[in-house]
Amino acid sequence: MTTPPPTPDALAYDLTINDRTHSVPSAWLGESLLYVLRERLGMPGSKNACDQGECGSCSVQLDGQLVCSCCVLAADAADGDIRTVEGVASGSGRRDGAPEGELSDVQQAFLDEGAVQCGFCIPGLIVSVHDLLDRVPDADELTVREAISGNLCRCTGYGRILEAVATVQSRRAGGGGS
Amino acid sequence: MSTTTVPPGTRGDVEGGIGRTVDRPDGTPKVSGGFAFSSDLHHDRMLWGKALRSPHPHARIRSIDTSKAAAMPGVHCVLTADDVPGNPNHGLEHTDQPVFAADVVRFHGEAIAAVAAEHPEQALRAIRAIEVDYEILEPLTDPEAALDADPIHPDGNLFRHLPLRHGDPDATGEVSVEGTYEVGMQDQAFLGPESGMAIPTEDGGVELLISTQWLHVDHGQVAACLDLPPEKVHLALAGVGGAFGAREDVSLQVHVCLLALATGRPVKIQYSREESFHGHVHRHPARMWFRHTATADGDLVKLEARLLLDGGAYASTSPAVLANAVCFAGGPYVFPNAVVDGWAVRTNNPPCGAMRGFGVVQACFGHESQMDKLADALGMDPVELRLRNAMKPGDPLLTGQIITGTAPVREVIEACIAHPLPGEPGPDDPLMTLPGGAGLTAERRDVRRGTGIAVSIKNLMYSEGFDDFSTARCRLELSPDGQPVATVQCAAAEVGQGFVTLAQQIARSELHVERVLLGPADTSIGSAGSTSASRQTWMSGGAVQIACRAVREELLARAAGREGEPLAGSRRVRFDLRGSDVVDLDSGATFPVVDLLAEGPIDLTREHHHAPTDPLDADGQGNAHVSFAFAAHRAVVDVDPELGLVRVVQIATGQDVGKALNPRAVTGQLEGGIAQGLGLAVMEEIVVDDGRVRNPSFTDYLIPTALDVAPVVATLIEQPEPGAPFGAKGVGEPPTISSTPAIVSAIRAATGRDLTRVPVRPQDICL
Repeated sequence: MTTPPPTPDALAYDLTINDRTHSVPSAWLGESLLYVLRERLGMPGSKNACDQGECGSCSVQLDGQLVCSCCVLAADAADGDIRTVEGVASGSGRRDGAPEGELSDVQQAFLDEGAVQCGFCIPGLIVSVHDLLDRVPDADELTVREAISGNLCRCTGYGRILEAVATVQSRRAGGGGS
Repeated sequence: MSTTTVPPGTRGDVEGGIGRTVDRPDGTPKVSGGFAFSSDLHHDRMLWGKALRSPHPHARIRSIDTSKAAAMPGVHCVLTADDVPGNPNHGLEHTDQPVFAADVVRFHGEAIAAVAAEHPEQALRAIRAIEVDYEILEPLTDPEAALDADPIHPDGNLFRHLPLRHGDPDATGEVSVEGTYEVGMQDQAFLGPESGMAIPTEDGGVELLISTQWLHVDHGQVAACLDLPPEKVHLALAGVGGAFGAREDVSLQVHVCLLALATGRPVKIQYSREESFHGHVHRHPARMWFRHTATADGDLVKLEARLLLDGGAYASTSPAVLANAVCFAGGPYVFPNAVVDGWAVRTNNPPCGAMRGFGVVQACFGHESQMDKLADALGMDPVELRLRNAMKPGDPLLTGQIITGTAPVREVIEACIAHPLPGEPGPDDPLMTLPGGAGLTAERRDVRRGTGIAVSIKNLMYSEGFDDFSTARCRLELSPDGQPVATVQCAAAEVGQGFVTLAQQIARSELHVERVLLGPADTSIGSAGSTSASRQTWMSGGAVQIACRAVREELLARAAGREGEPLAGSRRVRFDLRGSDVVDLDSGATFPVVDLLAEGPIDLTREHHHAPTDPLDADGQGNAHVSFAFAAHRAVVDVDPELGLVRVVQIATGQDVGKALNPRAVTGQLEGGIAQGLGLAVMEEIVVDDGRVRNPSFTDYLIPTALDVAPVVATLIEQPEPGAPFGAKGVGEPPTISSTPAIVSAIRAATGRDLTRVPVRPQDICL
């Protein structure tokens, strides 16, 4: 075992998260984007349930692509545009002129339909549902199920979550969304 | 017995009160990423803790050398069993599990040492640098061999033998069916990994922020292991990412406190998913033999059963799990006679304990498989057989206990089967909806559909004479803007079920105040008991209710005092809280609550105990349980018999809920519980091979995704339960119990296979 111990001052880089630049002054190269978000930048909204890309709790958008941030090296994302759950309220679901901190329509629908129990999977699902509805606004139920099948939830059985997605679609179709 | 559910003064029509669909107080932070789960805890000076775990299921530890690990950069301490100052063991019912294995390891994944380091990667490398010299021992992995094998623990290999004898053991009938059934080891698989932070305090004690199901039972075990007086150990609930039974036992609690006390720094431990699989108990695997005997007309005559639960290496809650399996071995049917024996034994398999359904899940798979088999032998419709023998109020359990509360077994069955069946599969259905899903492996012409039903009974709250109680505090005062505000405090662990919502609903209904704040769940208040056994709505909901009522009484007393006389005797009934006033019903005088609170806050704490229960006697007889909830499930499945793949098409259910205090939250419990039952039926098993866990990851242990679950159609049967606060029964466990055998029954109907084991694997269907 001659592997050198991690050197805390190995690397400095910047990350662009939710349209703001964050400096990571010194981080071990092996740290995942999830770790850096949570432990170095004080953004724990992205969750850590499996650390191997199976559960979707850490879902973020990187350059518009949905990714598991546990499987992305943070330093690799230095040139990317990262959007996390903390930034979705100012994204696609934001109503015109909505103040900072207001919920997106997806977040609001999750509350309205009772989609939240323990809530650990919810930030990842919020990001996934935004990603889906941006790409496929009129996704049918099977498409929704497939799209969120990478987000594991152990509490809800997904019933209220599917209701919440349908509610967002209906509200957007009715002119209540973006 | 009173059946009043909305007593005088309690309003059922308050906005945000009981019976309404009310939003969660923690909902907004949970959807926006701001809710602090235990794994989100952060302290600028914190260290990362990590445990070294045994790669062997059974081995003697000859020596442990921690010197290399301790010398590594960033490492602050390395601890072993030698560093535990107090009780070397912990445990829920028996303190038989070492904090760190000292001389022997008894299961794959048992903790041996722990380190604290500046960076989690340094901690990981440090535990890999600990050198342990093992003498490998033969693991005891067959539970049937455990009773005759050499003891693998000083306390022996038998956790409990529970015999039950009811009626005439020699009774006979015209028709008998027997069968042997197995249940695999299921994992709770909550999403939020075990995690917590310990912070040393100035008095030499420690504060532990922890995701748990029962703060106070952790508190006692932690203080004993640390050899600290209880008042120097303070526990507070950190955000809990699901529980389902897996957070009842101590996992990292003692380790993280030891590391914090040794280093003088805040220490955080956060399990990886693999460590989570090793670090908590699982659902007991079971081997069960049943013989059901009935008359030719289909009246049940006798139940015979022998049940064997594999408890794994340490006791956890095995004795109580076994009691549930034995007491409810017959299901929600009346048997005049029964001979049942259950054993829970120790092996070198992973420890097993609480999981949603708690012993009844295993029994229900057996008894419902038997009811189908019996119906077949009788040439009778399986629903008709169940209805004919369904329990009703006044009937006895196998334990001889008479059901004095509600028992709408017939009603849940009839409501369940009244739901329309899903449409037959058609040529235009997407191929994705065939068994195998996105794999597109099935040919539509080969797919066979089946339907099955199952029914369950579950005890609510703790049983067998346990003094089960919860504590709640209510403070009513004027806020700075002059309006009344109530603060409710209870140590009940919010694990996702929505107790925080319910506590607010109860306070609004009892005190007619709109604004209800929640105090911290911590050990500064008395115990609330565990968030388990479908008990918090009844136990802690009841505690909140009586604390709020005590506050209301004080308001009335203040009003009476304004008239110069105490609130006593006949004067008591003259006063009532009406909206925002206390009213003297005789004189018509009104006393605004805001005026009465100008005298100062009212702050009262109350304990709520349920009616006492008795231990079981030597024949397993006695009034050991408090209350019972019933559910029926009907499953429709499509099966590809060639590849053995199953798609669950629909689950219909009728569930006995007493009274739905928050209907939307009840729906969430039903759908979530059914998904876990579906998982046990066709997907989920911890594969243990010669004592080793082969699939400790979400890559290899599959839980249902949105594509695996089926639409749920549900009917709630609302018959208020006497003695229950607001008439409500716990709703969390029943959905998980009979959904599993209903699905397996449907697969049998589709395939003609016996299917005596869950989870049903592809090879069980197609080979």
